Amino acid sequence: MAAKKIPAGTWVQIETVVLEAGNRAEHLPEDTKSHPLQMWVKGYLGEEAQIGDIVTIETIIGRHLQGKLIAENPPYKHNFGRAIPELLSVGAELRNLIRMGEEK
Amino acid sequence: MTGKSYSEVMARKNSIMKKALGLDYEEFEGKGLRFDYEGMMEKAGYSIEEVRKIQQETNVGNTPLIELRNLTAAARALAAPGKGARIFVKDEASNPSGSFKARRASVSCYYAAEKGYKGVIAATSGNYGAAVASQANMRNLKTIIVQELFDSRGIGQPEILEKGRKCEAYGSEVLQLTVGPELFYTFLLTLEETGYFNASLYTPFGIAGIETLGYELTEQVRARCGKDPDAVLVTHAGGGNLTGTARGLAKAGATDTKLIGASVDLTGLHMASDNDFNRKSFTTGHTGFGVPFATWPDRADVPRNAARPLRYMDRYVTISQGEVFYITEALAQLEGMERGPAGNTSLTAAFAIAQEMDEDEVLVVQETEYTGAGKHLTAQLTFARENGIDIRRGDPSDQVPGKNIIIPEKASMISVKEIELDKLRKSYIRNSLKHNDIEPGTLEDEDIEFLAEEVSKDISFINKTLKEM
Repeated sequence: MAAKKIPAGTWVQIETVVLEAGNRAEHLPEDTKSHPLQMWVKGYLGEEAQIGDIVTIETIIGRHLQGKLIAENPPYKHNFGRAIPELLSVGAELRNLIRMGEEK
Repeated sequence: MTGKSYSEVMARKNSIMKKALGLDYEEFEGKGLRFDYEGMMEKAGYSIEEVRKIQQETNVGNTPLIELRNLTAAARALAAPGKGARIFVKDEASNPSGSFKARRASVSCYYAAEKGYKGVIAATSGNYGAAVASQANMRNLKTIIVQELFDSRGIGQPEILEKGRKCEAYGSEVLQLTVGPELFYTFLLTLEETGYFNASLYTPFGIAGIETLGYELTEQVRARCGKDPDAVLVTHAGGGNLTGTARGLAKAGATDTKLIGASVDLTGLHMASDNDFNRKSFTTGHTGFGVPFATWPDRADVPRNAARPLRYMDRYVTISQGEVFYITEALAQLEGMERGPAGNTSLTAAFAIAQEMDEDEVLVVQETEYTGAGKHLTAQLTFARENGIDIRRGDPSDQVPGKNIIIPEKASMISVKEIELDKLRKSYIRNSLKHNDIEPGTLEDEDIEFLAEEVSKDISFINKTLKEM
C-alpha cells in the first residue's frame, strides 16, 4: 500500500536533530550524551509529502523550518491520569483531625 | 556571525545577548569580582509605580489574598498550645496565564514592545512560557518558547506537555527538545536568526515584575490583620520569585518579615540526565535548581542574573514530593481550591512552619498556580507509577527521589528539612572566586564588601571563609 500523501497546508509536526550524539556538549552524563539532541516543532506543511519525508513547514508565527515529517496534526494526549487511592482519604483524615484535635 | 556549530554559536553568546536584551551589562561590571547590582536594578528596572501601571494595562496582579482557615485549623490541631500561625495564600493563579509568572513576563514584554522588537523568546519548560505568550499577545509581539520536554524515548513529561499546549493555545511557536543543557544553543541560535527580545527570567525587568507581589501582599496583610506579615514563604528554584518578593517587601517597608525559601528535595537526581528526566514528578521548585542558582546565580541565560537569592533569604527548607502531593490534595479537599502541584511547595512548608509560630502570627504563602490536564497530582502520580516509581503511604523521611514517592501516613509527619544557609554562602563565595579566576589573597576591600552584600553577612564571615579556602 502506498504511504498516505499529506496535502500542503496541513498542520503537521516535524523532528530535527539539533546536535548529533558525537557533537554534544562536554560534561554531560553518558545517558544523555549517547543520544542526539532532537527537536519537535509544528507548522503548516509547505508541499505535499508523506511521513518520513524531509519537508519545510511554516510555523504559526511565519518562520520556515526544515525537518523530518513525523505526524499530521498530532493530538494532545496528556490527561488527568487516574485517581490516586493513597490520597483520596486525606480530606476525611484532616477533617477528623480538626474535629478531634488530634490524630488517630 | 554565520557558523552554526555548537562551539561557534556559543562563542558569539555575548554579542547575541547584547542585541537580544538591548542592555549592555558591561556598564555595571566593576573591578575584581564586583558588579553594581543595585545600579543595574535601577537603570534597567522600573519603579514599583511604573511596574504597577504596566501590569494594570495587561491585567496582571491585584490577586486575592485568601485565608486558609481549615488548613490553619489542621496545623493548630498538631501544634503545641498557643501555636499555629494564620496561613494565607496569594492566589496568583488568577493572573491571566494562571501563575505569578505573568508578573515577570509583563515588564519584559512591555520593554520589548517599547524598544521595537517584533517578538520575544523564552527558554522555559514552566509556567513562564505561557506567561510570556499571554503578555506578548497583549503587546502585539510574536512569541517563541524553547522547552526541554522529552527524553530520548520520545516521552514527554505530562506537566511540560501541558505547558507546551498552553503556549500553542496562545499562538506561540514552541520548540520542544530532548534532555540537555544545549537547549541554550538552540535558544541563542533562534535569538540570532529572529532578532527577537530575550525574555529571560533573570533580567532586571523580570525581577522588577515580581516586586509588586511582595508589595501587594504587604498592603493586603496590613489591611486585613493590621500588621506586617511575620513570615513569607516562597517556592525557590531559579531565585527570581524570592528576590523579587523580598525587594517588594522591602519597598513596602515590611522590614521585619522573615523570608523563607522552600524547594522540593530531589537530591540524587541529575538534572541533565536523560534517564532521570522522567523520574521526577516536579519540573520546577526543586533543589536541582534551587541550590545551584543560589550558589552561583550567574549560570543563567543573561550575563548577570538579577535574581540573587542569598541576598534576601532568611531561611531555606526542603520538603519531599509526597508531602507536596498530600498538601495539594488537602488544599482541594479542605479549602476547595484545586491548584498546583509544583506551586504548592511553599504551602507544604508553611503547614509545618506555621506550627512553630504563634497563633497571632501571620504566615503568607505568596503563590498558587493553575492546574489542568498533565499538570495535576493525579496526572503526575499516574505518570510516576507508569515509570516504575513506588507510591505509597508511609513516613516521608524514607523518600528516595526517583525511586519512591511517600505520601505521609499522618499529617503530623509533614516536616521541613533545613538547608544550612552558611554552607550555601560559602559555596557562593568559592564559586565567585573560581568563575572570576581570582585567588583569595588578592581580593580588595571592595570585593569583600561586595561578597558580604551578596550573601547577606558581615565582613568577618567573608574573611573567615576566605581563610578556610
